[in-house]
Amino acid sequence: MSYLSLSDKDKKEMLARTGVGATDDLFCCIPEAVRLKRALDLPAAQSELELVRTMEAIGRKNDYSRHLSFLGGGAYEHFIPTVVDYLSSRGEFVSPYTPYQPEVSQGTLQIIFEYQTLVCQLTGLDIANASLYDGSTGTAEAVLMAQRVTSRNKVVLARSLHPQYREVVRTYIKNLGVEAVEVGYGPDGRIDEDALGRALDDKTAAVVCQSPNFFGVVEDIQALSDAAHGVKALSVAIVAEAVSLGMLEAPGKRGADIVAGEGQSLGIPLSFGGPYLGFMACKKEFLRQMPGRVAGQTLDREGRRGFVLTLATREQHIRRERATSNICTNQALCALRATIFMETLGKQGLRELAWQNAQKAAYAADRLGAIPGVKMKFSGPVFNEFVVELPKPWPAVDAGLRAKGIIGGYGLEPAYPELKNAALVAITELKTKDQIDRLAQALQEVLS
Amino acid sequence: MIKEIREPLIFEISESGKRAAELPALDVAEKKDLLAGVPLRRELEDFPEVSETEVTRHFTRLSQMNYCVDLGLYPLGSCTMKYNPKINERLSAQPAFAGSHPLASEDLVQGNLEVLKRLETYLCEIAGMDAFTLQPAAGAHGELTGMMLIRAALEARGDARKYVLIPDSAHGTNPSSAHICGYSVKEIKSNDKGMVDVEALEAAMTDEVAALMVTNPNTLGVFESDICRVAEIIHAKGGLVYMDGANMNALTGVVRPGDMGIDVLHINLHKTFSTPHGGGGPGSGPVGVKKELVPFLPVPVIGERGGRFVLDFDRPATIGRVRGYFGNFSVIVRALCYILTLGPKGVREIAEFAVLNANYIRKSLEGEYHLKYTTPSMHECVFSDKIQKEFGVTNLDIAKRLIDYGVHPPTMSFPLIVHGALMIEPTETESRRDLDHFIDAMKAIAREAKENPEILHSAPHVTYVSRLDEVAAAKFPVLRWEKKP
Ligand SMILES: Cc1ncc(COP(=O)(O)O)c(C=O)c1O
Repeated sequence: MSYLSLSDKDKKEMLARTGVGATDDLFCCIPEAVRLKRALDLPAAQSELELVRTMEAIGRKNDYSRHLSFLGGGAYEHFIPTVVDYLSSRGEFVSPYTPYQPEVSQGTLQIIFEYQTLVCQLTGLDIANASLYDGSTGTAEAVLMAQRVTSRNKVVLARSLHPQYREVVRTYIKNLGVEAVEVGYGPDGRIDEDALGRALDDKTAAVVCQSPNFFGVVEDIQALSDAAHGVKALSVAIVAEAVSLGMLEAPGKRGADIVAGEGQSLGIPLSFGGPYLGFMACKKEFLRQMPGRVAGQTLDREGRRGFVLTLATREQHIRRERATSNICTNQALCALRATIFMETLGKQGLRELAWQNAQKAAYAADRLGAIPGVKMKFSGPVFNEFVVELPKPWPAVDAGLRAKGIIGGYGLEPAYPELKNAALVAITELKTKDQIDRLAQALQEVLS
Repeated sequence: MIKEIREPLIFEISESGKRAAELPALDVAEKKDLLAGVPLRRELEDFPEVSETEVTRHFTRLSQMNYCVDLGLYPLGSCTMKYNPKINERLSAQPAFAGSHPLASEDLVQGNLEVLKRLETYLCEIAGMDAFTLQPAAGAHGELTGMMLIRAALEARGDARKYVLIPDSAHGTNPSSAHICGYSVKEIKSNDKGMVDVEALEAAMTDEVAALMVTNPNTLGVFESDICRVAEIIHAKGGLVYMDGANMNALTGVVRPGDMGIDVLHINLHKTFSTPHGGGGPGSGPVGVKKELVPFLPVPVIGERGGRFVLDFDRPATIGRVRGYFGNFSVIVRALCYILTLGPKGVREIAEFAVLNANYIRKSLEGEYHLKYTTPSMHECVFSDKIQKEFGVTNLDIAKRLIDYGVHPPTMSFPLIVHGALMIEPTETESRRDLDHFIDAMKAIAREAKENPEILHSAPHVTYVSRLDEVAAAKFPVLRWEKKP
C-alpha cells in the first residue's frame, strides 16, 4: 500500500525493538477464537489509474448532469467563485483536526470566528456556533434547544417546513417525550395563522417555521414571532436557502429567537446532499444552551489577540450526558467554504446575487404562469422557488420534460398528498433567460 | 511559518466599494415591485468588502498558521490522523458526483446509488455486520442512530428499558448520545488492566438495561479481551451491545466486531477510512447492524431491483430519517476510493502498521513517561505526566513544548481515568523518520522537564501566538467581531 512509509528493514527493526517476533503477535490480546482466519472478501487493490477509471465509469452512470435541472427544495445550484475551491482545498485547511491546540490552529480558529460573525450579520442575531451537520439536524437541534430553554415539551412545526427536516425532528424528539404538532398553510402558501393560534398554548416550547418555506413562499416572521411570544414560546426561524438572507430582512430583526438552517447555497456543491452546512444563531441570553463548538477571542501571554474554542462546559467531552448536544466533529470545512464565499461576494455581491435569484424566479413564474392550464399554486410572495399546479399529473409531465432533456421541478404529491399535480420549480442566478424560455416552451409542448 | 506576520480580521481590512466577484448583468427585465410588502434589508450591514487578491492573501496567510497532516505527524489519540490520499479529493469532486442533486429521481443517479451500495457492502464485510446505513454525518451522529435502533428493537420486543451501561473510559459523546435517546447512563468502572470490569458489569446488568456501549479497542488503546464474555452477559439478560468503532483502525482485516458479539456499531470514515478531518469535519459515521435490527434502519434504504438501484421508503418499522438526503455523500465517495485502492491486503495492513507504530512509540518512551496501564497496546498508547509532575510540569506544558519541536501534541486529558493523560496514536501512514523525530522530541522534553522546566511553562515559542488564555475566553466570551462604535 503506497500510503505506508515503513521499509521492510524498518518493519523488522521496529518489531524487534517492541519485543514482538512477528506481526501477528501484535494482536496477541485478541482471543484466537474470534480472529479472522481468511482474507477479507473485497475487490483486489487498484492502482491510481485503475481507480480513476473505476470511479469515472461509476460517475458516468449518473444521467442527472445531462439534463437542464430546475430542482431546489433545500439544495441549490449556485455560482461558486474559483477562489472558493482553490483556497479551501489547501492541505492546511483540509487535513487538520478540530482545533484543540489553538497555538497551531490560528488559521482555522480565526476563520470560525469570522464565520460566526458573518452568520450573526446574516441572521440579525447576537451569537452563532461553528456549525452543525446540516439544515435538517440543525432544525432538530434548535427544537431541543428551545425545549431546554423553556422546559416545555411541545413544538409547533409549520407543515411548509422542509418535509425531511420535519422527519428528522420527529426522529430526534420521539424518545424525549416531546410532542410535535403540525400547522398547515393557507392559499397564499404561508402558515395558517388561525390554526397556529389554536395550536399554541402554555406548553409550547417553540414555533418552528421555514422562510422562504418549502414552497418558496416568504413568511411573515414578525407575525409568527409575536404569536410565539404571546404564549412565551420561542420563535425558531429555519432558512433552507441562505442566499435569500442577502435581501430579506434578517429574521433576528423580526423577532426570531433562534435562526437555524442550511448553508449549502453559500459555496458548497450539491454533492447529492452532503456534506452540507448546518448553521445556528441565537440571542445572547441563550448562550449556555446553544449546541456545538464555538470559537472565541482571547489574548496570548504577550497580549496579542488570538482565538480558541471556548464555552466547552456545554459540550459532551466535559458535561457528558448533560451536554447541550452530542455533536463533536461538525462541518468545519464547509463553514470555511461558506466564509470564503461570503467574503468573496461581499456586501454588494451577496445582495445582488439574492436580487438576481428573485428577479429570474419572477420572470420564470410569469412565463410558466402564462401557459394555458398552468397556475401558480400559492399567492404569497416568493424568493427563488415557486409551486406550479398543472392540468396533468406530475409524473406524466416530468416524463415529457425529461424526454426533452429537462428536469422541470420536484413533484410534491409524495410529500404533500393534498397537492395534486403540483411541482416545485427553483430558479437560481445560473439559469439564463434562454434556459427559462426553454423550460416554458417545453412545458407548453408537453401540456398541449 | 513566519512568526511576525499578523493577519487582521477580514472586517478590519474591508473598504467600502470593493468586491471580489462580479455577476453577469441581469438578462431578464427587472421588476421594480418585486417582493412588494415583504420587509427587505437595506444593506448587509458591516459585511466585508475586499478584492479577490485580498481574499486570496487573507486565506493563504491564515492557512500558514495551521499545523496539518500534510505537514507531519499528528498523533492525536482517538482521532486517527492518517494521511489523506489526494486522488480521493479529485474523484469525489468530479462533476458527475459533485453536481448531482439529492432530490433527483433514482434513475438519474444510478452511479451515486452504486457508490452507496458498494460502500455499505464493503463495510459489512470489514465489520462482519449484516447491513449498514450511511446517513449519519459523524461518529456521534452514528452513536445516536445506533442507540435509536437499539431502542426501536427493544420496543419491538416489548420494552425499551431504562439504562445504558457505559465504561468510565468512554468518550463523552457516548453518554450524551444515550441521553438524547432517552436513556439514563450507568457508569461501569474499569479494572486495573484498563478493561471493563466483568464482575462490575455482571452486577450492573439487569432487565432494565437496554445496552452496553463499549469502545474496542477502548480509549486506552487496550483490546477488551473479555469482549465475548461481556457480550454474553448483556445478551443473557436481553440487552444489546453497541460498539463505538472510532478505533477500528486497530482491527481492520484482523477481527470483525460482528464476530465478537457486537449487535450495532458505528465507524468513522474520517478516521479509519482516511477521509480528511477538514479542521473539524465533515465526517461520516456509518452504522452497521445485525439482522434483528435491519427493519429499523433509517429510510431510505438502498435496494436493488432488476439490476437497478432503488430507494426503499416502504419500511414500516424504521426509526425514520436521522438526516436529510443521504448523508455526507462526498465523504462516502472518498472512503470507497480508499477501500478500492487498498484491497483486502491493504485493509489488513492498516491495522498491522498502526499497531506496530504505536507499540514502537510506547516501547521507546516507557520509563521516560508514566504508563498507568501496562496492558498491551493496540493502535494507541496512553502515557501521563506523573513523572514530570514532580518537577511542576503538566501534560499541557509537554504538549505545548512539542509544538516547538515541530510536532502536533497528542490528545490531552482523555480518557478521564488517566490523570494528566497524553494519548498517542501515530497511525499506519507514518515513516520511521517522523516517528523517531517524535520520540526524540518527547525524550528531550522529559529531560527538559528535569533540567529546565521554565522552557516548558513558556512554550510554545515558535508560533504566531504564545499560550492563549482559555479561561478568560470562557469567562468573558467574545464570539464575534463588532464594529467599534
Ligand atoms: C472514541 C470516540 N468516540 C466517538 C467520537 C465522536 O466522533 P465524531 O467526532 O465523528 O462525532 C470520537 C471522536 O473524537 C472518539 O474518539
